[in-house]
Amino acid sequence: MSKISKVLVIGSGPIIIGQAAEFDYSGTQACRALREEGVTTVLVNSNPATIMTDEGIADIVYIEPLTAEVLSRIIERERPDGLLPTMGGQTGLNLAVELADAGILNKYNVRLLGTPVETIKKAEERSLFKKLLIDISEPVPQSATVNSVEEARALVKSIGLPLIIRPSYTLGGTGGGIAYTMEELETIVANGLDSSMSREVLVEQCVLGWKEIEYEVMRDAADNCITICNMENVDPMGVHTGDSIVVAPSQTLTDKEYQMLRSASLRIIRALGIEGGCNIQFALTPHPLVAEKWAPDQKGVTKSQYYVIEVNPRVSRSSALASKATGYPIARLAAKIAIGKRLDEIPNRVTGKTLAFFEPALDYCVVKIPRWPFDKFALGDRTIGTQMKATGEAMAIDRCFEAALQKAVRSLEFGKRTLLWEDHTWKDKELALNLIQGLPLHPNDLRLWAIMAALRKGASVEWLSQCTGIDPWFIFKLQNIVAMEKRLLSESLTRELLWQAKRLGFNDEQVGTLADRLPEQVRQIRHEWQIRPVYKMVDTCAAEFDAETPYFYSTYETENEALALEGKKAVVIGSGPIRIGQGIEFDYCCVHSAWALREAGVKSILINSNPETVSTDFDTSSRLYFEALDEESIRDILENESNDGSAPPSIVQLGGQTPINLAQSLARSNMPILGSSADTIDIAEDRHRFGDFLDRLGVPQPPGGSVSSLDEAMNIANSLGYPLLVRPSYVLGGRAMEIVYNEAELVRYLTLALEVDRQHPVLIDKYMQGKEVEVDAICDGEGVFIPGVMEHIERAGVHSGDALAIYPGINLTEEEVSTIVDYTTRIGLALKIRGLMNVQMVIVRENGYSSVYVFEVNPRASRTVPFISKVTGVPVVRIATKVMLGISLKEQGYEGGLLRRQKLVGIKASVFSMAKLTGVDNYLGPEMKSTGEVLGIDYTFESALIKALIAAGLALPKKGGLLLSIADRDKAESLPLIKKLCSLNYILYATEGTAAMIESAGLPVKMVTKKLSQGHPNVIDVIQYGFVDGVVNTVTGGRIPLKDGFEIRRAAAEKRIPCFTSLDTFRVAIEALTGSSQIFNVRPLREYLRKSKSKS
Amino acid sequence: MVKRAILVLEDGSVYQGDSFGAETTTYGEVVFDTSMTGYQEMLTDPSFAGQILVLTYPLIGNYGINEGDFESKQIQVRGLTVREYCSQPSHWQSTRTLHEFLLASGIPGISGIDTRSLTRHLRSSGVMMGILSSEMTQEEALQEIKKLPRYDCVDFVHEVSTQKAYEWQSNTPVIASRSLEHSEGAMTSPVIASKAKQSHRIVIIDYGLKYNILRILSQLGCQATVVPCTISVEDVLALNPYGIVLSPGPGDPALLDDITETVRKLIGRKPIMGICLGHQLIGRAFGVKTFKLKFGHRGGNHPVRDLATGRVYITAQNHGYAIEADTLKGGLEVSHINLNDGTVEGLRHQDLPVLSIQYHSEASPGPLDNMYLFERFLEMVR
Repeated sequence: MSKISKVLVIGSGPIIIGQAAEFDYSGTQACRALREEGVTTVLVNSNPATIMTDEGIADIVYIEPLTAEVLSRIIERERPDGLLPTMGGQTGLNLAVELADAGILNKYNVRLLGTPVETIKKAEERSLFKKLLIDISEPVPQSATVNSVEEARALVKSIGLPLIIRPSYTLGGTGGGIAYTMEELETIVANGLDSSMSREVLVEQCVLGWKEIEYEVMRDAADNCITICNMENVDPMGVHTGDSIVVAPSQTLTDKEYQMLRSASLRIIRALGIEGGCNIQFALTPHPLVAEKWAPDQKGVTKSQYYVIEVNPRVSRSSALASKATGYPIARLAAKIAIGKRLDEIPNRVTGKTLAFFEPALDYCVVKIPRWPFDKFALGDRTIGTQMKATGEAMAIDRCFEAALQKAVRSLEFGKRTLLWEDHTWKDKELALNLIQGLPLHPNDLRLWAIMAALRKGASVEWLSQCTGIDPWFIFKLQNIVAMEKRLLSESLTRELLWQAKRLGFNDEQVGTLADRLPEQVRQIRHEWQIRPVYKMVDTCAAEFDAETPYFYSTYETENEALALEGKKAVVIGSGPIRIGQGIEFDYCCVHSAWALREAGVKSILINSNPETVSTDFDTSSRLYFEALDEESIRDILENESNDGSAPPSIVQLGGQTPINLAQSLARSNMPILGSSADTIDIAEDRHRFGDFLDRLGVPQPPGGSVSSLDEAMNIANSLGYPLLVRPSYVLGGRAMEIVYNEAELVRYLTLALEVDRQHPVLIDKYMQGKEVEVDAICDGEGVFIPGVMEHIERAGVHSGDALAIYPGINLTEEEVSTIVDYTTRIGLALKIRGLMNVQMVIVRENGYSSVYVFEVNPRASRTVPFISKVTGVPVVRIATKVMLGISLKEQGYEGGLLRRQKLVGIKASVFSMAKLTGVDNYLGPEMKSTGEVLGIDYTFESALIKALIAAGLALPKKGGLLLSIADRDKAESLPLIKKLCSLNYILYATEGTAAMIESAGLPVKMVTKKLSQGHPNVIDVIQYGFVDGVVNTVTGGRIPLKDGFEIRRAAAEKRIPCFTSLDTFRVAIEALTGSSQIFNVRPLREYLRKSKSKS
Repeated sequence: MVKRAILVLEDGSVYQGDSFGAETTTYGEVVFDTSMTGYQEMLTDPSFAGQILVLTYPLIGNYGINEGDFESKQIQVRGLTVREYCSQPSHWQSTRTLHEFLLASGIPGISGIDTRSLTRHLRSSGVMMGILSSEMTQEEALQEIKKLPRYDCVDFVHEVSTQKAYEWQSNTPVIASRSLEHSEGAMTSPVIASKAKQSHRIVIIDYGLKYNILRILSQLGCQATVVPCTISVEDVLALNPYGIVLSPGPGDPALLDDITETVRKLIGRKPIMGICLGHQLIGRAFGVKTFKLKFGHRGGNHPVRDLATGRVYITAQNHGYAIEADTLKGGLEVSHINLNDGTVEGLRHQDLPVLSIQYHSEASPGPLDNMYLFERFLEMVR
């Protein structure tokens, strides 16, 4: 193999369900690994919120839409000799296939690295995959590939129901499902065909209830193979592994079974010819108890039978998990192998002594638990199945399963929910068996807690195992936890009992709840009794060798391996599992902070619970604690890191709301905070104090007040006038925030809000309909430095995390900008911000006058920090971290005020995962719904816009059809847009009222009814049958349940066509259609920046 | 109430835990193994004779004990040390718990130990003698430990070897390439020398063999004849085998001069495969020295390089002694080395048909990647 000298690495694009931060981790590792080998790396990704798109990770960075066309242009320009697609998830592989099929790779002599194109096709196209496995005598479930619903129907005769349906070429199992009836089969197959790139689905014998086991395998070009780790899904076959609780290593397999599947994994990776890593999923004979109910054919099992279920011929979410679970850096090694290195010539950086050719030995138990978005989408369908719904995951490590599980649950940061949590509807009922049967034991996000509740009410392990298909081993472990709960409830708290409880993973709060003490009292007792966690190392070798990794987890044992680091050090508290509102952006900030600390000669200690991220890579920081981000864990670590009784300072402003919420408790326990003080944070977070603060400062804010009763609310509402913005007084990513337009909506909102939480008042503000702007700024106490102003395209009312944001604020007047800068500067100084803050403002223009209102200050890094860093070239987090260390802006070469604007335009567009979340309304409102973002960057607004829209999947074709259903309030405003569409020869379909409006304007339109029961074609038909390429649907009124138009919006989401619920977004999408804007540049990021700088 | 137990090491270290298995007192060399699965195979592996086994994987007993996964007819370890013992196993093959298994054999276990701390201690201080007891006080154990015979001075091979020759007859599949059938356990019958098929006979000299060697050989079409370690050269040759396998086994090979002498005489007469102790005996038969490793190689993840091909393999290992590479003589050459510490993992002879490996190609527990060595041996035989 000739030496590879320049490699194009494809990133995975925006974060969506099924493709998350794990690919930033893998891509970043890959780029660094390749550079170590002297290879020039070219990286392309449309997602700015990634470490991999930073200068310094790859040699040349492109932030451009991930399309075959864009990639061809990059290849033409850069002339790489290798293409590495295996780090970019399914997106990367699909693009590689497109480029290969289009002849681009041949034309430019680019070698596909890692996984041959034939293998990508074999692994994704079910029929080829099955054939390959049969050829090498690996068992597969009986199945057939179908291209139509009729073919699927015919299969029922030969295979029988239930059947599993899997579409080809999708990610996260999109569009699949299990059919128990003929009707379900037809629906699921039809959906699957739609979501498959090759209009092909696999219909397969159902191995529901079987054990689901995964292996992470690696192979080099010399055919040396190893398995890194195996994992057992607690939820058996039938639940997507991304939605399963997963434990590593396997717990219920004998050595014979373990080795049987391991050997099969090696045979498969060899047959696929992968040079790098891959993930293989198996179904294995279930426990007889489970088999009796779930697989009657397997009753009285007499053998361990397995089937190969799936292969991911690339690094994956599971390989990120396996890397963090074992300490073995799979992506790093996969990249080196891809350019021809052998496993036995690469050193193992964990031990520093051994080589990468070995298999990690674990001496702990790892539990991964999915983070679902149902706290945001209360009305979404909470059932889990073969279609992944989790946005993120948390991982925990401990020496026993019970403790790892309990830590993992706490790491979800679902309020303060522990395994003790029960839904209030479960508690009030009697202990009858039929109640237990009424618990949500089918696969859903509450099942774990339901099983716990059932055990407390006396359900048997055997019965629960049969009900859920979960192996009895795991239920026994849950029963151990319940048994300890009972002891804590009934026995007096002795040292031995407390020690045992801590060993099983009970936190002080759980112990306190059960043993009738306050958490703080439990902590004190613990300290009196000398019960403190110790920290053990993740060393890949079960202590066989002296390792050098600074990667630790807590446990209750006798020996502590993490002695306090010497010298100057600081703790960076991470952001936990990825959820809507707290995404990869915050991991970006934490990683940069760790690097900045190192640069400043300060040792960084990172704490986080998310296995997908760069921050939990063991060499990101000087020391990594893989822990839940709750008060107890953090304080324990800070105590462990104390030298001479004084704890190191913590940075709480970079990990999103998670560490910010810890600020007050850290301050209470006298733990120092680096950067803005706990009091500063409190002023910004506490609505009352914040309101008073702005008043004293003379900075205008939308008028409003807080109420605790309906009467108070009516009074305020009457004085302010509608529409109103209502929200709970504690802030959390716009959660449960609504705009109400009349009294009825206000009453409905308040009734609900007060029912859920009577303790906290509800805030009512005048809803200012205007232009929303935001800034990220760094304050050192002397000055406030503002790298840039961002302007939202959607008017206020759409959550800033969902809105299209433009840098620089091209539609703002000079006067408006200077007001923004003035307010920001005054707030930063008066609030005594040290480090980062984010200010959100709304500009109301009336009678030629502009008024700027500040409606929110976040005393922390916001999700726009990576965006603003990339479009301005300013290392925002690095500067902020150094400010926190006491190095002033001036000393760092920055001045107060707004940085001169770049000549480029950057547009951030949000990306949603709505196709995955059945039952969730994709209408944009004050509650955030997006999972990820893309950046369009170019020299002009139009070009940046089209790139952003293409990358976000919002671009409309030049010609086509559109379905319009527009609220009365918006009809007048929409007319000019509709006229423009007609001039572009778009074919318009519209619902009754909208059609009448268009007709009366003398324009052509086809009316389709929105009354689904009244004949065809209706609105759903035109979407499903592909008559339209997009949907515009605006609605009147508040939100839930926004019945009006719901089916239209869902149909669009499921059909994967753009759905505009704001006229502002729609307007720019049309703008992008017209004129010359379809022409855009494809250039390295630094070129946009350099060019614009040299011009200024 | 769970009975407490202690593990006391000869350097005075004391580990306190809960007793499981038999409530008794035992002593032995304390060694750790990093395999994550296969406790049943390890417990019944005769190479662990005289040792108290510490498992680094913390959750032990999860899948119970089954009738198929025995590597000898009984438990061979002196005692078992774990972080957590699972009293409620879950597996379709399980017929009893680990506790019941240990109890029935009178073998004590101790759980609740910080096995990682213990492993780190053994790694840095080297393996040492220890007492595991649910009866003694620490003081008593510390007194007692001074009086005990040291592991290094005891010949365990004669204890664990079969007393009588036998013919392996089992249809238990070992590796089950595509699925594992319910195994029926090992069935053995006495040798009927005259009637046995001579064509594929392989004689295995039992120094503490694992059944899986026999299962593999019979699966490969061989007649596996097991003979005691005390067998004479003449008796071996009288069986007219096509090849001879020198089995693994426990303890210091330097204590086995008689056996070494037999081996020396057999070399060159028939193709010979040496595994683990068998490999060390081949070395010693040529006058090569062996030495004791500080904490041994025990686990299923040891990387080994085949020097002839450059290929690397993941191997299962269980040995406390190794060949001294710089004392090689008599035409012996190093064929395999350990990637971690560079120690000798295999020998070959310039002229003679000798295949000798320090690791366990028979797996069980451990990876199946080295089965090919049996085939290579049979090629040598045919």
